[in-house]
Amino acid sequence: MRREIPIAICFLAGIFYTLELFIPHRQVLSIFETVRQWAQILIAFAYVLAIANILRVNFHAIQKNQRDWPYKVVLIVSLFFMITLGIFFGGIGEGTIFDWVYYHAQYPLQSTMFALLAFFIASAAFRAFRIRTLEAALLAVTAVLVMIGRVPVGEELWNNFPDFTEWIMNVPQLAGKRAIMIGAALGAISTALKVLTGLERTYLGGE
Amino acid sequence: MDFYNRLMNLDRRWVYLVVGIAVIIPVLNPFRVPVFVTQEVRSIYDFVESLEPGDIMFLAIDYDPQAMAEVHPMARAIMRQCFAKDVKLIISALSQNGPGMAEQLISEVAREFGKKSGIDYCYLGYKPYFGLVILAMGQNFRIPFPEDYYGVPLDSLPMMRDVRNYDDVKGVVDISSGNITDAWIIYGNGRYDVKLAIGVTGVMTANYYPYLASGQIFGLMGGLKGASEYEALSKQGDRAIKMMSIQTTAHIVIVLFIVAGNIGYFMSRKKNKK
Repeated sequence: MRREIPIAICFLAGIFYTLELFIPHRQVLSIFETVRQWAQILIAFAYVLAIANILRVNFHAIQKNQRDWPYKVVLIVSLFFMITLGIFFGGIGEGTIFDWVYYHAQYPLQSTMFALLAFFIASAAFRAFRIRTLEAALLAVTAVLVMIGRVPVGEELWNNFPDFTEWIMNVPQLAGKRAIMIGAALGAISTALKVLTGLERTYLGGE
Repeated sequence: MDFYNRLMNLDRRWVYLVVGIAVIIPVLNPFRVPVFVTQEVRSIYDFVESLEPGDIMFLAIDYDPQAMAEVHPMARAIMRQCFAKDVKLIISALSQNGPGMAEQLISEVAREFGKKSGIDYCYLGYKPYFGLVILAMGQNFRIPFPEDYYGVPLDSLPMMRDVRNYDDVKGVVDISSGNITDAWIIYGNGRYDVKLAIGVTGVMTANYYPYLASGQIFGLMGGLKGASEYEALSKQGDRAIKMMSIQTTAHIVIVLFIVAGNIGYFMSRKKNKK
């Protein structure tokens, strides 16, 4: 029963969500709404579980003096610091301490992390775009053309450069992307069917 | 090691240094670059321009502070354009770290145009798991958001009195830096047939061209370039236009590095063959 009950729940929930799409009756929508609210409550609890997991993993690393353990201390202290500010020091609204820390610490830190991407992309492009094969040549030439076309330099070099870049994005790029998406979608549908029918059971803990 | 080998195996710190300099120069000596407007951005601008005073549009601000440089100017320009035309806005922020940032932007622009919460705009804020929230809003905004961000019941807001779900808004513009955009396409457009346009970060842009071609989205703003195009069209701000000079120098430097790396590779290979 430890396996049959979860499989039955999964099957019924999946069938219900699928049928709901085709039966726009008020009664069905009402049940759908209730189930959706359950899901939202479950997700809220998942956040609590996530915090517990973060604490478990990081405390363990600190106890064992693992590599970079001081960063884990910073993580845990910051976590409790923000929770304390949000709950006990006036909430999270405008003008609160939480708000101040958000704007003066999290805001610039996140922006800085994302900005570093430009440096990594430059370094990766320098190493990765070596024309070793025909495929690599196509990739490198296309990347250079799109990069030039995406900034005004392209238009300065050739009037139709931006249009040419748009063509690359709208025809060859789109064709490749669409093929990948259709393939992935077919894979997702078949996996979903296998889960619903109980053929795929690894989500239960593996067999 | 000869010159070409050294060029090919250049230490990454030199790359970082040159990119850093290329980014700093336009900041210290700002210059303007021309902006070429694409059809996918113009479609969004034309849509907002076609709205009448009193119409309601949904603006989804679904990004975190990390993506601000690229997508914040889009949200600002659209919001300004709407308020300048007296178009009312329903705004949500479904990204975990975004609600505070969205609130700051809304207050700033609303103050500038003298707009009031509940009358000219309604800020819904954040609720966990965007997919379920987008689905629920398709039935009624009050299901996931019985109150707005400031704790005022939606029923007591004058602009929300006759507004129930997506049927009562002219369209949705989702500005995003993550997979919330996918949920808007799958649930918002796919399930409820919402008229949808999106603004995303530069690295995400290529992923959404198929949806543009299929008509699931009617407009697409990609990264800083998309933002600068929108600013140029709407004439609402010039932050992205100014930053395009930085992106231009950065792109040139990256292209030069790719060329240099390949020169090094081919020349050293030629030498080895000899």
